[in-house]
This record gives sequence, structure tokens and C-alpha cells, in this order.
Amino acid sequence: MAKVIKNGQIVTDGWQVLRLAEGDSAELVAVPSGPVLVPLTVWQARQADLAGRPDVGVWLASHEPASALADGVEQLSVIAVNFPKFADGRGYSTATLLRTRYGFRGELRAIGDVQRDQFYFLQRCGFDCLQPAEGKYSDAQLEAALASFSDFSEPYQGAVDRPAPVWRRMQRGVAA
Amino acid sequence: MYRYDAIDQRIVDERVAQFRDQTRRYLAGELSEDEFRPLRLQNGLYIQRHAPMLRIAIPYGALRSEQMRMLARIAREYDRGYGHFTTRQNLQFNWPELPKVPDILALLASVEMHAIQTSGNCIRNFTSDPYAGVAGDERIDPRPWAEILRQWSTFHPEFAYLPRKFKMAVNGAAEDRAVIRVHDIGLEVIRNAAGEVGFRILVGGGLGRTPIIGKEIAAFVPWQHVLTYCEAILRVYNLHGRRDNLYKARIKILVQALGIDEFRRQVEDEWQHLKDGPSTLTEDEVRRVADQFEDPPYEALADGDPVYLQLVAANNPFAAWTRRNVRHHKRAGYASVVISLKKTGVPPGDISAEQMDLVADLAETYSFGELRVTHEQNLVLADVRQADLFGLWQKLRDSGLATANIGLLTDIICCPGGDFCALANAKSIPIAEAIQSRFDDLDYLYDVGELEINISGCMNACGHHHVGNIGILGVDKNGEEWYQVTIGGAQGNEASIGKVIGPSFAAAEMPEVIEALLDTYVAQRFEDELFVDTVRRVGVEPFKARVYSGRVGGKKKVANG
Ligand code: HEM
Ligand code: SF4
Repeated sequence: MAKVIKNGQIVTDGWQVLRLAEGDSAELVAVPSGPVLVPLTVWQARQADLAGRPDVGVWLASHEPASALADGVEQLSVIAVNFPKFADGRGYSTATLLRTRYGFRGELRAIGDVQRDQFYFLQRCGFDCLQPAEGKYSDAQLEAALASFSDFSEPYQGAVDRPAPVWRRMQRGVAA
Repeated sequence: MYRYDAIDQRIVDERVAQFRDQTRRYLAGELSEDEFRPLRLQNGLYIQRHAPMLRIAIPYGALRSEQMRMLARIAREYDRGYGHFTTRQNLQFNWPELPKVPDILALLASVEMHAIQTSGNCIRNFTSDPYAGVAGDERIDPRPWAEILRQWSTFHPEFAYLPRKFKMAVNGAAEDRAVIRVHDIGLEVIRNAAGEVGFRILVGGGLGRTPIIGKEIAAFVPWQHVLTYCEAILRVYNLHGRRDNLYKARIKILVQALGIDEFRRQVEDEWQHLKDGPSTLTEDEVRRVADQFEDPPYEALADGDPVYLQLVAANNPFAAWTRRNVRHHKRAGYASVVISLKKTGVPPGDISAEQMDLVADLAETYSFGELRVTHEQNLVLADVRQADLFGLWQKLRDSGLATANIGLLTDIICCPGGDFCALANAKSIPIAEAIQSRFDDLDYLYDVGELEINISGCMNACGHHHVGNIGILGVDKNGEEWYQVTIGGAQGNEASIGKVIGPSFAAAEMPEVIEALLDTYVAQRFEDELFVDTVRRVGVEPFKARVYSGRVGGKKKVANG
């Protein structure tokens, strides 16, 4: 079972991520039982069947727009955004849109190449669950990585976690 | 000048701690080369030909004396006793040791400085007019806006991993001295007919492989909405900019592919959702920042200090310097002084630690303790009393900092090129030096008048060669260093991209090529016509004919390059 970080805490978690292999078709691929995150294409092809399962979530590839789940935000308890490489930053905008434009209130999970040096940014864009690649970090490293959430204590600009910019949040101009 | 409050200070301190830990993990093997690269780049740390290079942010080119002294100290203790000012108003050190970079950043933080986002695929340092606040043609001081935007862009979580680097510049004067037309976003602070402040916004300009002049996306965005409008532009770019090809990843390629009208439509759609949201600026915040850019305590003086005028009349070298290096100031009795970092034999933009200390002292004595960096890679003392000019000139002259060549052809913009940069096709510094040596006759330089020569060692265009009146680009031909020449480029309000005159040249030929171009100009020009205007009027042909004519005859004399 994977170790993930949920709301700043390390937990063991049972969600599987279904990824289509070469030759798999979205219409026919077997969706395992138990908590599973399916690709957007599978969700779109089989929404009627899957919508009844509370243990099914959807993951978006980095090129897939948040708007594709505009109608799903009420039904889904988990949406994941995949980072094929941590430097592919589209997921930050996708997450921001899911939270602010489409009002998604469920669990927003970052999957793929998720690394501690991006935890701070991911959290700010509305991800509340981070799933580093399996085996990426030892338990001790993951524990140490929690410190990254507080890399900066008072960010300048507004984002999903703190929508107000610093000059709306507090009195500025107090000498250093 | 803007002073940090407790919040600003904590952010740079926390950055030092963060980067110290990242460096530690890299050196311990916990972070791979590929994982560490984007992290170090976002702290201005390149690995180049000989050693890492550290680029330090100088937001909109403004520096205080104590900050300059800290740069001098770092140059001495952590580098080889000098630094290099860049075309984006930053400073680079060429020889720091990676394990010591966190210590350098800690020293910088102690004087309200940092290297945040000076490289990498994020929003870079903001550049602006080096004469902000003192220029006679200024409509609105751009510095408070640049500072507000700097803070907004610092660690913006949504835009930390863009498809490619993102450069922004702000100008607030009639003349564009911030080259906003070749930036990813260029902002012009203006007043509309009703007298309200806002921004004309250009998008998709840039140099590099595909030089493009930015296009207007908005004629007037009221100041309250400038952050949300920029956020909308960046979101569209972040989601739709190309990530499959490094060379097609800049926003200019997206704007070109969609067309400015479609790009604007997408941005405006996005903006409808962001507009009036929490990032809408408040009068309080703008005032808080703007208050820090109030005029220094000027004295009530008259123009034309008699002693100064006498000295100008009596002393030719001083007079020459005042003609080229001293600029009009909005206040009577004051002037702005450009300190040339373009002395022949010194790489353009380079400055020694001793010179840094000296200019820091001079700034304190003569200019309210403040310095500016220009994108032409010179320094400015913005607020000097006319009566002090002579004393200042003497001290600069004694330290090799009074070359009277601002705006002339030896005031060359030049990238580090093959001497330092791993990406270079060719060296650039020796070309600059060969040209400076060939044209060392001041009378001739003054006769030729204003002319910008810009040199880049490869098509990445760090030396802005496309917008040089004469642009020189290093190219690789079968492993040899060659140089392609363009003419007619320009920055400013009439920014344009230069045209290639023909096949490229060997290094040794460059001074004579420049000479042939100048001869053509002198023969063709109308009275008082600038080089670039002659090129615009008569076209490339006469220049080309002259430059290549000696070569067709096969009798090509070789200059001592
Ligand atoms: C020595 C290490 C350096 C390296 C490896 C480097 C690398 C690059 C690269 C790869 C580009 C092209 C990026 C693109 O078009 O997307 C570029 C552009 C640029 N660089 Fe550098 N650079 C270096 C030093 C400098 C210096 C010293 C300056 C200033 C003197 C500078 C200023 C610029 C500017 C102004 C551009 C053009 C921006 C544009 O395309 O709009 N760089 N650099
Ligand atoms: S233009 Fe090319 S050679 Fe010059 S610094 Fe930039 S990347 Fe290096």
C-alpha cells in the first residue's frame, strides 16, 4: 500500500491508480474493485456504470483540462492530477481551476512525479493529498519532507489555500 | 528605494534555509542532477563552462550603497574579485563554488537581496527604466508597480514551472527605456483620457531564436486589475504553451500560433473569472509601496551652476564626458550620471570589487546612497548636483570609470560568450574589444554619433544582437567561430529587428566590417541623421555592397583582430 501525505500527515492508503497500457481500450479495460482512480477517458466512456461506485475517482493527465470534469465535481470524492515530470507545471493551473472555478471540495490528489521540493506549491494550489512515486522516499525521508510544507510562512500572493494576498491578510510595513 | 518589511525579510531568509537544505541533499546524493537542476536554476545558479555561475537579482536595477558593498565583498571572498552586470539589470558571478552558494545567499539576504527566480522556467526579475523617478519624460514612476509585481510573482505557486522562462518589464516614460517590446509581457504605465492610471499591456515579444516584437493585448487595464490580468495571461500560457519542444515553448510562439485576437479572447475569458477577486489591488497597498519611492530630499538649486559651466568650458575631457555621460534631470541643478563599464580592454559590464566599493562610496557622497543598473550594462548615479559633477568625474577617471562613450559605438552590449558560456558558438568579448580598439578616436566616435553594437555568442541572444543598430551573432561553421552581421535593429519606441547583411565573417575581419558599415553611413547620411535612420531610409543594399565589395575582388586585407 502506498504512503501518501494527506493534509500534512503521512498515511497508508488503498487507492490504486489505473493506467492504460499500450493496447488497452478505455471502453473495455477491467476496472478493479476497491478504491481506484481511473483515467479520464475511462470515466468518460463508462460514466454510467462507474458513477454509482463511491470508490471510483478520476485522474487527469497533464494535458487534460479541468473543464472535462466540470460536471463530475459533485459526484466524485477524489480527483487526481498526474505530473508526468515534476517540471510540467500544468497541473498547478488545473488544480487551481478545479478548486476555484468548478468548486471541487473533495480530495485533490497529486500523482506521478511528485517530489518534496514542490510540496509547498502543490499545497498552495489546492492539493490536499500528495502521492510521491512508490519507493521514491524512505519513511525517514518522507517524514523529513513534511517540513517542506512550511518552507515559507507568509506567501505574498493569494492562491487556493490562502486566497487573500499578504497585504489583505495582515498589516504591512512593519520593520524587519 | 523600497525597504523590506518583516514579511519581505522572512521570505528571503526562508529561501536561504530552503536552498541550503536542497544543496545539502544534492551533495549527499539524495537529489539527482535532473532533480536539482530546476531548483538551482530558480536560484540563478547555472553550470557553465568553467564553474557554476550565480545570477543575483537586482529588481528593476536599483541598488543601495550597502548592497553594492556586499556584492564587492562576495566578489572578493567567494569569486575572483569581479562581477558582471547583465542586460537584464542583474549581476553575475562567474566562479562561485556550489557548496558555498547558500552562504552567499545568506550574505545577500542580510542586505535585502536574493537570487530568486533569476533563471529557470518561471517569472524572472522585473526590469525597468534606469532613470525612473528622475527622467523629464516620465509620466508615472514605474518602480512601485515593478515592486508590486515582483512580490506577486515571487514564489507564485501556479507559475513556478512554466513551459519556459518568462520575462516582464515595466516602463513609465514617453521613451521606452525598458525594452518592453521584446519581453514576454511588457507593461507601460499610462494615464487614460480621464486621468486614471492603468497599463497598456504587450505580450509575446522576445529575442532568442525567433525574435518577435510584442503585440498589444490590452490598450488600458486599470491599475487595480493589473495582477489579475497578468494572472490570466500566465494561466493561458501555462496550460497551453508548448512543452514538447524547448525552442517553441516561449509565449511568443503560442501568441503567434493562436493569433493575437484569439489569444486575447482566451485571456479575457479567463480574466472575467479573476477580475475583482482578492488579487485586485487596493489603494492602501499601492500607497504603501509608492511612498518608498518618494523623491530624496533635493536642495532648491538653479540650473547652470557657474563653476560647473566654467570647468566644462576649460576642460575638454570633462566636457566630453558631460556630453556623453551626463543626462538631464527633472530637478533644476541636478543631473544623472552614467558610469561607463565599457572601457576598452575590460569585458563589457564587468566591474572589479574595488570599483564596486568606489561607486558605493560615490553614491553615498553624491547621490543619496543609491545606484541604478542599465540594461546596456552600465551604472547610473541618478541624483547628482551639477556642482558636484567635476569632483565626481575626477574620482571616476582615476579608477577607469569615466570612459566618455555612452550611446556611442564602443558602448557595446555583449554577452559572456565562448569565454564563459557552455552554449556559445563563438567568443563575443574579444570581438567587442577588437572593435573598441579599432575605434578609439573620440572625435571619430562623436562624428559617427549614437550607435548601438550588440553582440551575442549564439542565437539565444543574451547580448540582444537583434535589436542592435549593428548586431553581431556568433555562429558555428564546421567547428569554427564565425560572425553574422545584422543592421537596422533598434530598441525603444521604434523597436525593430535587424536584417542580415549576408554571409558571415571570421573574427579577424570584424573591425573592418564595422568600418565599411560606418563608411557607408558617413557617405549616405543626411546631416544629423543617426546610423539606424540612414539604414531605414536607404535599406541594407548600399551597406552590403560596400562590405562585400573588397571580398569579391579576392583582395581581402586582414585586420589585427
Ligand atoms: C553564461 C551563462 C548563460 C547562459 C547559459 C544563458 C542561457 C540563455 C538561453 C538558453 C537563452 C535563450 C532562451 C530562450 O530563447 O528561450 C538566453 C536568453 C537570454 N539571456 Fe542568457 N544565458 C547566460 C548568460 C546571460 C547573460 C550574461 C546575460 C546578460 C548579459 C543574459 C541575458 C539574456 C537575455 C536578455 C536573453 C534573451 C531573452 C529573450 O529571448 O527574450 N544571459 N540565455
Ligand atoms: S548568447 Fe549564447 S553564448 Fe551568449 S551568454 Fe547567451 S547562451 Fe551564452
